[in-house]
Amino acid sequence: MHMNKILLIIQREYITRVLKKSFWISSLLAPVLITAIYAIPIWLAMKDKEVKRVEILDLSGLWKQSDLEDKEVEFVFTAGKEQELKMSFASKGYDAFVSIPVDVLTNPKGVHIYSAKNIGMSLKESVEKIIQNKVRHELLLKAGISPQIYESTQVDIDSKTITVSTDGQETRSSSGGAMILAGIMGIVLYVTLLLYGSQVMNGVIEEKSSRIIEVIISSVKPYQLLLGKIIGVGLVGLTQFLLWIVLTIGLTQITSKFYGEKVKNNITQIKKIDSGKQSTLSSKSEEESPMSEVTKVLESTNIPMIIAAFLFYFFVGYMLYSSLFAAIGSAVESATEAQQFTFIVMIPIILSFLMAQYTMQDPDSTIAFWASMIPFTSPINMMVRLPYGVPAWELILSMTLLVLGFLGCSWLSARIYRVGILMYGKKVTWKELGKWLFYKG
Amino acid sequence: MILSVRQVVKKYSDHLALDHIDLEIPRAKIFGLLGPNGAGKTSLIRIINQITAPDSGQIIFDGEPLSAKHVDQIGYLPEERGLYKKMKVGDQLLYLAQLKGMSKSEAISKLKDWFIRLDIKDWWNKPVDDLSKGMQQKTQFIATVVHEPKLLILDEPFSGFDPINANMLKDEILAIKERGTTILFSTHRMETVEELCDDIALINHSRVVLAGEKVEVQNRYKQNTFKIRYIGNLPIELKGMEILSVNDQSATLKLAVGISSNQAISQIISHVDLLEFQEIIPSFNDIFIQVVNETNAYE
Repeated sequence: MHMNKILLIIQREYITRVLKKSFWISSLLAPVLITAIYAIPIWLAMKDKEVKRVEILDLSGLWKQSDLEDKEVEFVFTAGKEQELKMSFASKGYDAFVSIPVDVLTNPKGVHIYSAKNIGMSLKESVEKIIQNKVRHELLLKAGISPQIYESTQVDIDSKTITVSTDGQETRSSSGGAMILAGIMGIVLYVTLLLYGSQVMNGVIEEKSSRIIEVIISSVKPYQLLLGKIIGVGLVGLTQFLLWIVLTIGLTQITSKFYGEKVKNNITQIKKIDSGKQSTLSSKSEEESPMSEVTKVLESTNIPMIIAAFLFYFFVGYMLYSSLFAAIGSAVESATEAQQFTFIVMIPIILSFLMAQYTMQDPDSTIAFWASMIPFTSPINMMVRLPYGVPAWELILSMTLLVLGFLGCSWLSARIYRVGILMYGKKVTWKELGKWLFYKG
Repeated sequence: MILSVRQVVKKYSDHLALDHIDLEIPRAKIFGLLGPNGAGKTSLIRIINQITAPDSGQIIFDGEPLSAKHVDQIGYLPEERGLYKKMKVGDQLLYLAQLKGMSKSEAISKLKDWFIRLDIKDWWNKPVDDLSKGMQQKTQFIATVVHEPKLLILDEPFSGFDPINANMLKDEILAIKERGTTILFSTHRMETVEELCDDIALINHSRVVLAGEKVEVQNRYKQNTFKIRYIGNLPIELKGMEILSVNDQSATLKLAVGISSNQAISQIISHVDLLEFQEIIPSFNDIFIQVVNETNAYE
């Protein structure tokens, strides 16, 4: 019977929100943005594949055609006067004209790039790279150092961080990727705790200021209404997460499919060029892009565990904060009046977000440990620590404390709420709120 | 009795809202709960609705101590009332009816009856925001009665109603009473009390200061005064009567103790041609003011 009424309340809270346009706009917009962030660099990379033509006047005579292999730029040697060539390259269909002075080895700044339009960054880089490599090569030879020896001293330290659990099991982890994953989860929790918490508060204010509250609580107990509202809005939040996850995966899959073939071609092309030039630079950057780092972390961590923990920390953390938001909503009659009280609930959320920056730097520090234990700061901070690996007992302790914290907060909130919703025309103070805690029935 | 309130006490931190209240509300009657603002009416109503609990005392509903299961048998129209502004009228009423324990199908069929009855058939899909105040009041009234409660509590139901809607509401209240529902009216509009109520209780300063059947209460406050209309000249003095006022062929008389109206009439007709002889029944307005002033003086 009572369960039925709570279900009815949950249903109403859920349906009225899910049917709102704003819900769908935010549910669709976020995945589109994420996909765009993912797809636009690829698209731009594709777009740059259009080969640029550059006319080159090499007065030093150091460059051979074989030095000028570049996947994006086609170099064509020319002869003549710089003064004339810089006027005529555009009409000959070149995108740019490069002049290399005779004394390029001693005067590398004497290189000029002329272009009709503003020259693109990537073209400028390609040209500079080619000139720079050759100049360095020549200077090394001059100094009596073999370029091969020089190459071998270009050591790139990319240490693999390996987590060793007490039973000796090794997991390769990459702290860069973990950091990105942790950061994303921290931000999402921060935003959603504030967002859905204040939705609950506004719902309470709406019921109180529209005066429907008295009719409702003559049918159900205040705590049932409160519980139904909190769960209903929380389910809206979970639905949104689900939509975000499904839509983001779907959209990025479609984008990958769409670009897939071209990307594959590209990579092989790059590899071909790289192997020809004995350079490992570009292939490295391809493999170690941030996205692949995250993928690597996702591979090395227990994804179902992370998702389960995320949903747990979102839902319980949200319930804790939203019960406090609801208590504030019940004590006031308008959203503007609520502002003087909301800061006290927002402070711990903001504080946990600030602490999370620190936790991310040093996930095993004492501060990070306590931040991930204290119920108010634990949802964000534990989720930030989790990708780095957290002992099971710490996770269980943190979850238990969070549940206890929620029970305590909701008890306090329910006591304020049941008095607040019927209190009109009274200027509410902190002292007053304190008194309400001790009111009988 | 549908409802018995026994020795109910409710204290708030700074004052005593209800001081050992006793009330007996008979079945299928309209019961007027009267009293000045702040007397404790709303506190009592909230206790009956189980919105708050009494500090001590007992409430018996339909023969059993009042408990959570009775919530569905009570309908409550608060004085300050509202609706969800963005929700559609039909969805909203359906929600409120289900919160009162009705099944969805039952609620839909009952609501449709009410929509036809109050001539608002095409409102179902209108958002409450689009309704006029009068329309919202009809909606609120339906929400209060759709689950066919045994006890209907109406707190100042007519406030804000235009005369046409007020009349419609009055008719509906009487029809609901005919079907066996008890109505508890909280009001300080005495004309409504005189017109509709069968029984009354007057609360002042947290106490019941007057209670009983309407007619009986009025009799209790009768001053034994009569109004007469006549042709002729009324003598300055009449035996066994005090002439309170004379005004162009009409007068107000107060009969002395032990003088019956027949005796008075036979006296009067020996002097004048009597056209009308009518007992003055005290208005509830007068009783209200008198009792409140008396108890205030006593306090």
